Amino acid sequence: MKNWKKRGAIIAGGLAAVGIASALVLNALDSNIALYITPSEVAAGKAPRDQAFRIGGLVKQGSLKRQDLTVHFVVTDTVRDVQVSYKGILPDLFKEGQGAVVQGRLETDGTFSASEVLAKHDENYMPPEAKRALEQAQQGHPGGKR
Amino acid sequence: MIPELGHFALILALCVSAVMGTLPLIGAQQKRQEWIALARPAAQALFFLVALSFASLAWSFLDNDFSVIYVAEHSNTMLPAIYRFGATWGGHEGSLLLWAFMLSGWSLAVAFFSRTLDDATVARVLAVLGLVSMGLLLFVLVTSNPFARQLPAENGRDLNPMLQDPGLVFHPTMLYMGYVGFAVAFAFAIAALIAGRLDAAWARWSRPWTTAAWVFLTLGIALGSKWAYYVLGWGGWWFWDPVENASFMPWLVGTALLHSLAVTEKRGAFKGWTVLLAIGAFSLSLLGTFLVRSGVLTSVHAFASDPRRGIFILLLLVVVVGASLTLFAWRAPKAAGGGSFGLFSRESLLLVGNVLLIVAAGSVLLGTLYPLFIDALNLGKLSVGPPYFNSVFVPVMVPVVALLAAVPLARWKNADFSDMARRLGWPAVAAVAAAAIVPGLMGGWTLLTVLGVFLATWVAGSTMVQLAPRLKSGMPPASFLGMQLAHLGVAVFIVGITLVGGYQEEKDVRMEPGDTVTVGGYPFKFIGVREVPGPNYTASRGEFEVSRGGKSLRLYPEKRNYFSSAMPMTEAAIDAGFIGDLYVSLGEPLEGQAWAVRVYYKPFVDWIWAGCVLMALGGLCVLSDRRYRASKRAAAAARESLERSAA
Repeated sequence: MKNWKKRGAIIAGGLAAVGIASALVLNALDSNIALYITPSEVAAGKAPRDQAFRIGGLVKQGSLKRQDLTVHFVVTDTVRDVQVSYKGILPDLFKEGQGAVVQGRLETDGTFSASEVLAKHDENYMPPEAKRALEQAQQGHPGGKR
Repeated sequence: MIPELGHFALILALCVSAVMGTLPLIGAQQKRQEWIALARPAAQALFFLVALSFASLAWSFLDNDFSVIYVAEHSNTMLPAIYRFGATWGGHEGSLLLWAFMLSGWSLAVAFFSRTLDDATVARVLAVLGLVSMGLLLFVLVTSNPFARQLPAENGRDLNPMLQDPGLVFHPTMLYMGYVGFAVAFAFAIAALIAGRLDAAWARWSRPWTTAAWVFLTLGIALGSKWAYYVLGWGGWWFWDPVENASFMPWLVGTALLHSLAVTEKRGAFKGWTVLLAIGAFSLSLLGTFLVRSGVLTSVHAFASDPRRGIFILLLLVVVVGASLTLFAWRAPKAAGGGSFGLFSRESLLLVGNVLLIVAAGSVLLGTLYPLFIDALNLGKLSVGPPYFNSVFVPVMVPVVALLAAVPLARWKNADFSDMARRLGWPAVAAVAAAAIVPGLMGGWTLLTVLGVFLATWVAGSTMVQLAPRLKSGMPPASFLGMQLAHLGVAVFIVGITLVGGYQEEKDVRMEPGDTVTVGGYPFKFIGVREVPGPNYTASRGEFEVSRGGKSLRLYPEKRNYFSSAMPMTEAAIDAGFIGDLYVSLGEPLEGQAWAVRVYYKPFVDWIWAGCVLMALGGLCVLSDRRYRASKRAAAAARESLERSAA
């Protein structure tokens, strides 16, 4: 086969591969991204209604309640609170007064139903997202710089 | 005294690396024998100094010298000695020192095993390795000195309980050996570019080094996966955590590099592409280090750290990638070219597989970096979850695996389609049959399980078809056996991920003593929980009774509370088996005697790691091939081909 033909075929094949991959990537990114929202932003009604997202903040002291395997707690950025419910086993380092990130959806009654709870992996370490939520709330501009 | 000795040795090592990175290189370009001759002794001195420094730090840990800040932050008198040793690389500073130590070890190995390679090439390769060492040592000394002191000394804070596991001794060391090993492939590629000579000899010399690095990386990733499986208490084997991705991307590119080097050595084609892959694999190793160490990611591995470090590594990365690509653009057009092949040939099929591997690595890279870009552009914070990776990665890898079965049967230059189709006939039939039957036996057909079983059988069948005729006529060469073994490993791995993904059962339940829960057809009876002392913790130890294959066995999951930190740790109890694991871990105490408990059935999960071990064994088998022994004949052949290409 002629050289230019071969090269053309290789380039066409490569472009097709990249094209298909980009389509896959864009499609997957579109449906699998979770935004980080602070509790103040949730209170301001800025949370997506029909999409899963993440909230970072502190687990409020004295808010943890258990009902068999279902737990209820409050995630706060010290200014605004969000009521969270979760069914399952919490990570080892989940504790009242400590940072946590929860992923899930907002229910119609304004509570947050978490499908995943992430705590830090080291006792001296705060998830950056939780830290950011606190800093923003303390600087007094809910909604952040987005 | 000892820490100061270590610090001093490290400073000297930096000086040596500066010499090693410059003089031999200039010597090789200007044909000055006395400068060229510096390369090997410099590599030996570098290894000795970095090893001394590393040993000093390890000694400080074993000796409980808490006046060293790094020791105080990661160790404690109550910590068992083996973990005090492992804690040497349990934090940021020490793990970078380990990086440097391994890099000097690889350099020494290159100096030692390249006696038959011509001196100028050795000088160039070692010089590039010296420059990389210099960058890294500078980084350690300027931003992350592990020998910094504090007064007065107090008892240490203890090692993160999550790291107090035998995994700490093996996972980081293997992984780093792999990461750093790609520096050798990188150095060979850069040396070849500098010399303007990308030939078969270059490919033959860098192949065993690349294979060795790849073997370590494969084992390192597998060990990390296994560790996460039993220690995090979630029973997952891969989480698409950014740091897992950071180790996986070099693996993907390294795998492409292995195969591309084969083409370059055998057929003289893909030279430019191979060089790019070598640069890419090492750059991704550096990027991985940046991602892990800069603290920009929320992850198991992210030690909170200061941004200076991230910026330093980012600069190092920019310099390495920038300089290499500039060199490539300048030199490659002259050196590349050659090796024609047909549109349907082993070369073209390998190229397709290669490109797909790179596309897969690219999609992982995109998913990993996307949140960082968005954050850097101030567009908000977001996370990209495992569903993204699964829905992009799997479709890209399916054709790679399908090709993997067919390519070794294709001839170089021009493959005969009808001959391949004939030989792949029965693997195809077996794969269809297995895909129809196995999911039914396991409990139902889904797209992924049918596809997975099909691919695994297809690959395994193809290796059988290739092995059978070769074994009849005596023992085939080790490199051939190694390839088949590694490909069989892929098949075993796919069986594992398919069956555990499709048929695992997970239950989070509330249990009181005496309760029984049935998971995967196995009844788990909860006996109770009692307090048990450990060396530096107390544990709540649960007791479960489960009957398996007519035998009754006991499982003892633990919840540990370490004295020195407020951090509890879950230790899962696992009964591992050929056809699956029974997995129990304790959640948290509920009211009264009740506990929240996780009970899992993980069918064929150990096949995942067995597959990785087979791949690594395959790599080792290839390395044992006679071609790579430094025999006089091989040396003569290498020299001859060098002279031919120079002429």
